[in-house]
Amino acid sequence: MSGELLRAEGIGKHFGGFVALEGITMSFAAGQLTSIIGPNGAGKSTFFNILSGALTPTSGKLHFRGRELNGLPQHRFVHQGISRSYQITNIFPDLSVHENVRVAAQALTVSYDIWRNRARLTELIARADTALEAVGLLAKRGELAKFLSHGQQRALEIAIALVSEPELLLLDEPTAGMGPEETKDMVALLERLAEKRTVLLVEHKMKMVLGLSKRVVVLHHGRLLADGAPDEIRSNPEVRRVYLGQSEGYG
Amino acid sequence: MTSPSSGEAVAKPASSGLGWLLEQRVLLSIAVLAVLPWLLPSQALAVNVLIYGVVVMGYNLLFGYTGLLSFGQAAFFGAGAYFTGIAIGRYGVPWFAAVPIAVLLSTCLAALIGIVSTRTRGIYFSMVTLALAQLVYYVALQASSFTGGENGLRGFTVDRISLFGLQVNFLDPVNKYYVLMAFAALAMWFQSRILNSPFGAVIEAIRENEQRARACGYNVERSKLIVFMLSGAISSLGGCMLALHLSIVPLDILHYQTSGMIVMMVLLGGARSFFGPFVGAATFLILEDVISVWTSHWQLVVGTIFVLFVLFLPKGIWGTLLDTLRVGKARP
Repeated sequence: MSGELLRAEGIGKHFGGFVALEGITMSFAAGQLTSIIGPNGAGKSTFFNILSGALTPTSGKLHFRGRELNGLPQHRFVHQGISRSYQITNIFPDLSVHENVRVAAQALTVSYDIWRNRARLTELIARADTALEAVGLLAKRGELAKFLSHGQQRALEIAIALVSEPELLLLDEPTAGMGPEETKDMVALLERLAEKRTVLLVEHKMKMVLGLSKRVVVLHHGRLLADGAPDEIRSNPEVRRVYLGQSEGYG
Repeated sequence: MTSPSSGEAVAKPASSGLGWLLEQRVLLSIAVLAVLPWLLPSQALAVNVLIYGVVVMGYNLLFGYTGLLSFGQAAFFGAGAYFTGIAIGRYGVPWFAAVPIAVLLSTCLAALIGIVSTRTRGIYFSMVTLALAQLVYYVALQASSFTGGENGLRGFTVDRISLFGLQVNFLDPVNKYYVLMAFAALAMWFQSRILNSPFGAVIEAIRENEQRARACGYNVERSKLIVFMLSGAISSLGGCMLALHLSIVPLDILHYQTSGMIVMMVLLGGARSFFGPFVGAATFLILEDVISVWTSHWQLVVGTIFVLFVLFLPKGIWGTLLDTLRVGKARP
């Protein structure tokens, strides 16, 4: 499917008197990697939380594949085809690596079934393994998730989001807290993911974003500052002033 | 869809004979319970272990596996007992029909309490369950024409039961034990079913990380309500067993002290372990039995032992033993 996948119309979010987001209108096409950047407090995470249903916008509308998402509870977003990862590692620490992904895979089919044996649902088991293979964690499938390294936990987080075969994958700073080696692996993984599906990325590491994305959206103080191809963003004087100048050489 | 064969290939390798046996937690548990009357000092104690074991096992589903600390489980234990007694004594329902009716009604009670309490979290959940369970206690106290009030429920005696045309003297302690053990076996089979099912994975995911479970697409509130009802249903079966066993229902079993005792039993035995509830119930009841012979302040001693357990054996007796033997580690 090509064309428009997700459209945000005048999205705003207020926390009491504080305006976190104001009048964000943009459209995301299917099948490309878009990055959202901006200094701390720009509203990136708020925007992300709205896109994944964790927050309800104060104003504006969200359309996904032509369907309005407003008012949908968060757990229904995955069922619509939107899946996310978190900035701070958010996994099931005391479950095995494989079970972390398998339990996410079954959400779309057999959540409330108490009569079948989950060890016999081989299709789900296989799907979880496919997702683990995609992020390079298949060898660790039997270990408890809490014993993985930080980088591996970040990859596991992506596998959890990936296993529902989302049409839109939202990744919130997948390289947060990673060293250079781990970041390199993650970038390679993101490149592979972007080949097949629509990915929306929130990132801090500037160079990485510009190299990776087809399109970059810049937020600043809750408003849309710039939106375009990486080259346009790089040469945009406004963006250079608020963001690039201060983080040159960052990441 | 992937071909089933690739799923088989990555599934657990075939277990050895011993491994297979250790996987059969229901059969192993039944085997232990079957010889319990000969392991414990008295048969009366064994029956109590059976009854409280089932009650605590139901509670373990809620507390151990889902991570919801309820202080109101006595409500369902008591409801099972009262409904069984009232059905038999007042309405003349035969015992084998009274038990499922009582479990069903108790599950409805669990739905009511669950709808209110599962909307809250953490300490608020504990307090709401405590308060609502006390409400049930006071209802039982006040509705004395139905429940016998302070004196407890009397006037129903199951002395003789017919099993497939066979008349069994239910007053004989050995017969009684094995009939009640059949109920315990049923409860264990059901609990094991739940834990092995996809829904069993959902409750573990909620315990591990509620926010992530929701982001994975699970309706966390509904799942909590369902597990609250399942837990209440299993614990209420323990109440039915108590009513059949004693032929009276003491009002005390609805009191919050019973809820506290259930929490202590699950922690002594080991939350999140299948057989732990029975070990915890046995430990608590044996301690009570032995120490109350020496001193009337047995609760002081049991309390001290409990605190030592929480401090030094947080996984309980059975949980620690399993860890030491490295059994059950492979289980997801």
